[in-house]
Amino acid sequence: MENAVGLILEALKYDFILKALLVGSLIALCCSFLGIFLVLKKLSLIGDGLAHVSFASVAIALLLSASPLLVSIPIVTLASFVILKLNEKAGLHGDSAIGLVSSFAFACGVLISSMAGGFNVDLMSYLFGSILVISNMDVTISIALSGVVIFTIFFFYNTLFAITYDEEFANVIGLNTKSMNYLIAILTSITISLGIRVVGTLLISSLILFPTVTALQVSKGFQSTLVISSLVSVFCVVAGVFVSFIHNLPAGATIVFLNAIFFVLFFIIKKYSKG
Amino acid sequence: MNSLMNIEDLSIQYGSHEVLSKIHVQIYPGDYIGIVGPNGSGKTTLMKAILGLISPSHGKIEFSSHLKKKRIGYLPQKNIMSDPLFPAKVKEIVSIGLLSQKKFPHFFSQKDYDRIDEVLARLEILDLKNNKIGNLSGGQQQRVLLARAIVGNPSLLVLDEPTSAMDPKIREEFYQILKELNTKDKVTILLVSHDMGSIGKYTQKMLYLDRKVIFYGTYDEFCKSSEMTQYFGQFTQHQFCWRHSDGKCCWTHSGSTQV
Repeated sequence: MENAVGLILEALKYDFILKALLVGSLIALCCSFLGIFLVLKKLSLIGDGLAHVSFASVAIALLLSASPLLVSIPIVTLASFVILKLNEKAGLHGDSAIGLVSSFAFACGVLISSMAGGFNVDLMSYLFGSILVISNMDVTISIALSGVVIFTIFFFYNTLFAITYDEEFANVIGLNTKSMNYLIAILTSITISLGIRVVGTLLISSLILFPTVTALQVSKGFQSTLVISSLVSVFCVVAGVFVSFIHNLPAGATIVFLNAIFFVLFFIIKKYSKG
Repeated sequence: MNSLMNIEDLSIQYGSHEVLSKIHVQIYPGDYIGIVGPNGSGKTTLMKAILGLISPSHGKIEFSSHLKKKRIGYLPQKNIMSDPLFPAKVKEIVSIGLLSQKKFPHFFSQKDYDRIDEVLARLEILDLKNNKIGNLSGGQQQRVLLARAIVGNPSLLVLDEPTSAMDPKIREEFYQILKELNTKDKVTILLVSHDMGSIGKYTQKMLYLDRKVIFYGTYDEFCKSSEMTQYFGQFTQHQFCWRHSDGKCCWTHSGSTQV
């Protein structure tokens, strides 16, 4: 125990660990705040689809020697709008629209990286996440954009809840459901773009999915689901960063693994409490 | 009396398929109208057009100046039992009905929470306010959704097949609540239903649709109409009238009979 505390204290001496904890916790909060709306609207796969798009956007950014974060946000946001439009106008089911856009974008990313060459190592760090390379600029942008995501959800909470529960009723009472769906798409795009640095494009959607589904096992109300999923999400990121440092494991995979353990635990609690 | 809503020459098409044709209906404050008709007759389409969920292909729906969209309550057909995992407490669901009256950022005050408690108490479900909606029975869930529909003090209440998941006893209680809302609170009610017995028993007027208006008026007018006798046959017309009069009297254009 003392040894573990010592290792944690030692980890806190490293600048990159502090950055990972700060950025990771903020992303965890954003993901859990958004996760409840996406999971309950049965749009959780949009996180996975947009993460695939972010792979292509990172490839473009590396090709142009630009900031992956700043290039990813508009490209991923545009892709989320295309998914919504395909759903609305072309009459495609949500899962089909997500599949089309994500596989096309991923193919673009592979083609760009194949043709350009030379930055495949960098690209790999975005596939699986790498807390070692979080720059000061990444930290600043992450704090600012996480703040935007969290405060937007706070101010639109009741409207988003109404739309998530019953979109038709929300329409009848005059809420602008279309705008709200686009707002969720924008916030998800920002969060995905921020998160790929920590857990990678292949695992970021799990941060949206796991904490909410875990909280749903035990919570009765919408607010309590939000609180439980936020606590689980932040705890898994913080613990994951320390465990990965102590045991020399990849941080992204460790965070997702801890989330999976929490889900199983909460599932067992639910089963046990039902008797 | 000025009408609450005026439906003028309304037609609605899905592609080349005309679902409603040239509908003319005037609805007055305090009306309690049962909207009936066979499957595919356009009942739900008309209701959705009134709610602003579908745009007319032709014609218009005009609301009186004192009935803004925000003062319309709506109880949808679907029941939420299909998603028992949805994590929402009864009080959270009912609070949605107040959002139309709130300005951004739509935060609730203590007065709003008191109003929610008042409506839940009126519908005799106050003790369920902290329960998860998915754990309630079909009848209890419909009361919660009715509470959501009326918590904002609507002038017009639109209900789509509200009693489809209820047993006869709960259904009777539900219709009693609607009757009280209509008579005491002066809420105008539009009720779409297949439940002909209850429609005839509780509502004041009937709108019979079959893509167009077959009949719109009071039961007295319906029962005395020779056109309706020709359209429905005397037996069916008699059944409507008998139910409306609670089995005490049945009369058709061919003559009234005390039972």
